[in-house]
Amino acid sequence: MARGFFSSIRKPSVLPGFGPALGFALFYLSLIVLIPLAGVFWKSAQLGWHDFVLAAFSPRALAAYRLTLVASLSAAIVNSVFGLLVAWVLTRYRFPGRRIIDGLVDLPFALPTAVAGISLSALFSSNNGWLGKPLMDWLGWKVAYTPSGVFIALVFIGLPFVVRTLQPVLEDMEPEAEEAASSLGATRLQTFVRVLFPALGPALLTGFALAFARALGEYGSVIFIAGNLPMKSEIVPLLIMIQLAQFKVGAAAAIAAVMLVASFALLLLINILQRWAYRRSSADA
Amino acid sequence: MRIDVRNVSKRFQDFRALERVSLTVNDGELVALLGPSGSGKTTLLRCISGLDFPDAGEILFDGDDASSSHVRDRKVGFVFQHYALFRHMTVFENVAFGLRVKKRAERPTPDVIKERVSTLLRLVQIEQLGGRYPSQLSGGQRQRVALARALAIEPRVLLLDEPFGALDAKVRKELRRWLRRLHSDLKLTSVFVTHDQEEALELADRVVVMGAGRIEQVGTPTEVYDRPASPFVFEFLGNANRIPCMVENGHAILDGIPFARHTAPRIGDGPAIAFVRPHDLEIVSDVRALPATIRHVTAAGPVAKVEMALDGLQAMVEAEIPRSSEHLPDLVVGAKVNVVAREARVFSANAAPPPAAGPAA
Amino acid sequence: MIASRGASSIAEPVVVRWILTLLALGFLAVFLCMPLAVLVHEALKKGIPAYLAAITTDDTLAAIRLTLLAAAIAVPANVVFGVAAAWAVAKFEFVGKSVLTTLIDLPFSVSPVIAGMVYVLMFGSSGWAGGPWLMDHGIKVLFATPAIVLATTFVTFPFVARELIPLMQEQGTEEELAAISLGASGWQTFFRVTLPNVRWGLLYGVLLCNARAMGEFGAVSVVSGHIRGKTNTVPLQVEVLFNDYNISASFAVASLLALLAVVTLVAKSVLDWQFARSRRRAAH
Repeated sequence: MARGFFSSIRKPSVLPGFGPALGFALFYLSLIVLIPLAGVFWKSAQLGWHDFVLAAFSPRALAAYRLTLVASLSAAIVNSVFGLLVAWVLTRYRFPGRRIIDGLVDLPFALPTAVAGISLSALFSSNNGWLGKPLMDWLGWKVAYTPSGVFIALVFIGLPFVVRTLQPVLEDMEPEAEEAASSLGATRLQTFVRVLFPALGPALLTGFALAFARALGEYGSVIFIAGNLPMKSEIVPLLIMIQLAQFKVGAAAAIAAVMLVASFALLLLINILQRWAYRRSSADA
Repeated sequence: MRIDVRNVSKRFQDFRALERVSLTVNDGELVALLGPSGSGKTTLLRCISGLDFPDAGEILFDGDDASSSHVRDRKVGFVFQHYALFRHMTVFENVAFGLRVKKRAERPTPDVIKERVSTLLRLVQIEQLGGRYPSQLSGGQRQRVALARALAIEPRVLLLDEPFGALDAKVRKELRRWLRRLHSDLKLTSVFVTHDQEEALELADRVVVMGAGRIEQVGTPTEVYDRPASPFVFEFLGNANRIPCMVENGHAILDGIPFARHTAPRIGDGPAIAFVRPHDLEIVSDVRALPATIRHVTAAGPVAKVEMALDGLQAMVEAEIPRSSEHLPDLVVGAKVNVVAREARVFSANAAPPPAAGPAA
Repeated sequence: MIASRGASSIAEPVVVRWILTLLALGFLAVFLCMPLAVLVHEALKKGIPAYLAAITTDDTLAAIRLTLLAAAIAVPANVVFGVAAAWAVAKFEFVGKSVLTTLIDLPFSVSPVIAGMVYVLMFGSSGWAGGPWLMDHGIKVLFATPAIVLATTFVTFPFVARELIPLMQEQGTEEELAAISLGASGWQTFFRVTLPNVRWGLLYGVLLCNARAMGEFGAVSVVSGHIRGKTNTVPLQVEVLFNDYNISASFAVASLLALLAVVTLVAKSVLDWQFARSRRRAAH
C-alpha cells in the first residue's frame, strides 16, 4: 500500500530507496517539527476567541510586538547598508587579511547567542564598556539595558545574512556590463546606481528579509543587553518565556501563534523572493 | 545477442517520446539511432538499457522478455553521453567498479580484477593512464574510460548515448574509426544514438532514422541515403532542395517543363514535392530546361555553391558545381541560367506529411 | 595597498576605495572583533588560575557533559534525516517536492523560544502528548535530558539537509545510474558513489549542525528547568553565572563556546577551500 503510494507520486526511476528515504524524512519531519508546532495552534485554539485576543493583544504584548518589530526592522536596514558595503569591499578589493575577515563574517552564525549577548552587554555597558562608556559620556547615548541594546544585538546576529546573500551575486557579475556602461559614458556612480544596484536588488531584498526574520525570533543575545522591562525593553520571545515561567501556557501559546504566523508569512515571502532572484540571474545566463 | 523492440510507447506528461516503436537489432550488429533532438532516440536507447521504462510494449533480449528485469540484471554496457565517470575514483577504479560490486560469490579475486582492468585499458589504448582521475583526462580519453568501464562487466550488448557528442571534430573522426575497428574485433551487439548523419552513415551497419517518436526508416547507410522513405528522411540526411511540382506519367514537371532526368519512386499523377540534392542540380546550356537567376555564388572549397531563384517561383535552390566546371566563369550574380536535376525524389503532395517541425535539420 | 580586482577602467578612485574599505572594516571591528576581544579580556581578567578554576567546577563539567550528550544524539539523528531527505529530494522527481524543501527550512524561521515551548505544550504537566500520564509514571521528559535533546534536535534540524540537497541536485543522477548499470546495489551505489561525492558538503553540514547544537540557548532554556549540575547545558551555565554576578566565571565558560565557534569557522574556511578545489576539478 505504502509502496503504491510512493510510486504514484513520483516519476519512475531505476534508482532505489525513494520510498524508505521519503518515508523516513516525512516521519522524522512530522515527529520533530510539524506535530510539535501544530500543538501551538491547537493550544491557542483551545483558549477561545475572547481569551486568545486578551492574551495575544494585551497592552504588554502589543508593546513587545512593537519593540521587536521596530528593532528588527531597523537592524535589518542597517545590516542591508553595511552588508552591501562589506560584501562589496570583500569581493571587489584586495587587501591584507581579507580572507581572515571574510571567514570572520560568519562569527554571528557560529557564536552561541548567549556568548554574544554577554559580550555585547559588556562592550556597550555605559558604566565601563569599551564602547558604551564613550557613547554615554560624549553623546549621552545609553545603549545597554535600553531598547538600543536590543537593536545592537539584532545588528550583530543579522550581519552575515546580507553579506552572504550578496557575495555570490557580486562574484558572478561579469565585468562586461560595467565596462559597457563606462564605455557609454556613465560615471562610476551612475554605473553603480543604474547597472549594479538593480542587478543586486533581489539578493539585497532576500538578505534583508532573512536578517529581519532571524531578528524577529532572536532571544539569547538580546536578553543580556536589553533591560527586559515590561512595556519598554521586553521582546516577544522573552514575554513568551515569562508567561511560561508563570505557568500561563495558554497565553504563551497565543503570543507564539501570532509570531509563528508572522514568521511563516515572511518565510513564504523569502521563498518567493529567492525564486524571483534565481529566475532573474538565470535568465541573464 | 539479438534485441527485439515491440510496439514500445513512452510519454513524458504531454510529450510523446515514443509511439509504438518496433525494431530488431541482430546479433553482432552495430546500429545507429539517428534523429533530431526530441525524436525519441535517446529514450529508446534508455528503454533498451532498462534505465527508463516503456509505458507499453516489450523489449526482448534473445527472445526473452527483458521489460521486467532491472537494469542491474540486464548486463548492458551503457556509455553515457557525458560519460558519468566516477569523479572521485581513478581510471583504474572506475573500470574495476563493475567487478568490485559483484556479489561475493561471483566477485573475481583482486589479482583477476587487476588483470582484467589492465587488459581493458590496453584494449582502449590508455594503459598508462590507470592512476589518473577523470578530471585529468581529455574528452577522448574519458570516452575510452567510459567504454572500458562498460565492457568490464562483459555486457551482452553495448549501448552508447551520443558517444562523440562532446568531442571536437578531429578527435571525433579518430575515435569513430577506432570504435568501428573495435566493434569488428569484439562483434558485440551495439546500438548508438547520434544526431550527426555523417557519423551514423560512416559507422553503422544499419541506420534507424527517427522523427517525432516514430521510426521513419531502417536500412543500410546506402539505402537510407539513396532511397529515403520520406521527405523527413531526405531532408535530415544531407542538404535538399524542395521543389513543389506536378507529376505526370512519372515525370516531375514545373511550368510545363520536365526538369528531372530520373524521377523516383513511381507515384500517381498530381501535385507533388520533388527533392533534389544540390550536387544533383546541374547548370546546362539547354534553353528548354528550367530558367533561373543567380543570386549568390560561393566559390571556396572543392565545389562552388550557386544560389538561384527559379523564375516564376518563390523558391530558392542551391546547386553544387565542380570548381572545374566549364560554366563557372559565366556564373555571376544576376546571370540567367538553365538548370536540370539529374535525379529527383518525389513525394505526393497529398500523401506526404508536412515537413518535420522544429529542430529537424 | 587596497587593490581593485577588476580592470582599471571600472575601478573606483583610490580615495573612494580607501573610504569604503575603512568604513566596512570599522563596522566589522565594532560588531565582530570587539565583542570577541571583550570576551577574552573579561575571561582572563582575574588571571589564568582563576580562569582554569572557573571552567573546572563540578557544575560546569556537568554542563559540558550534558551539552556533549545532547549534540551526540541530535547531530547523528539530523545526519540520518538529512541524508534521507537529500536522497529523496535530489535524486527523484515527485509531487510536492518544493513543499518538502520549504518545510525542512521551517525550524530556521521559528524563534528558539517557541522551539522549546512546543515541547512544554507536549510534555508539560497538562501537556497534550501524555504530559499527565508521564507525570503519573514518574517519567521525566520536560526539565530533563530528553526534552533538552529534542529541543536541540529541533533547532539544528535543517543544517545537514540544507547543505546536501543543493549539492546532490547539482551532481545529478548520471553517476548513480552508471553504477546501477554496472551491477551495483542501492547501498553500494550510495556508499561508493554518492557519499564520496558529497563528503565535504556532509562534513560542512555536520560542523554547522554541531556548532548550533552545542551553542543553542533559547530553546534549551525553555525546557531545561535550570537545575544546576543536572539540566544546565554550557550556554545555560553561562547565563546562570552571569545572573549570579559571577561575571568573570561566566566569561570563562563562554570562552569555551567562543573557542568552539572559532574552531568551527576555521574548519569551515578550510572546507570552503577544499570545496572550491574539488569543484574546480569537477568543472575541469
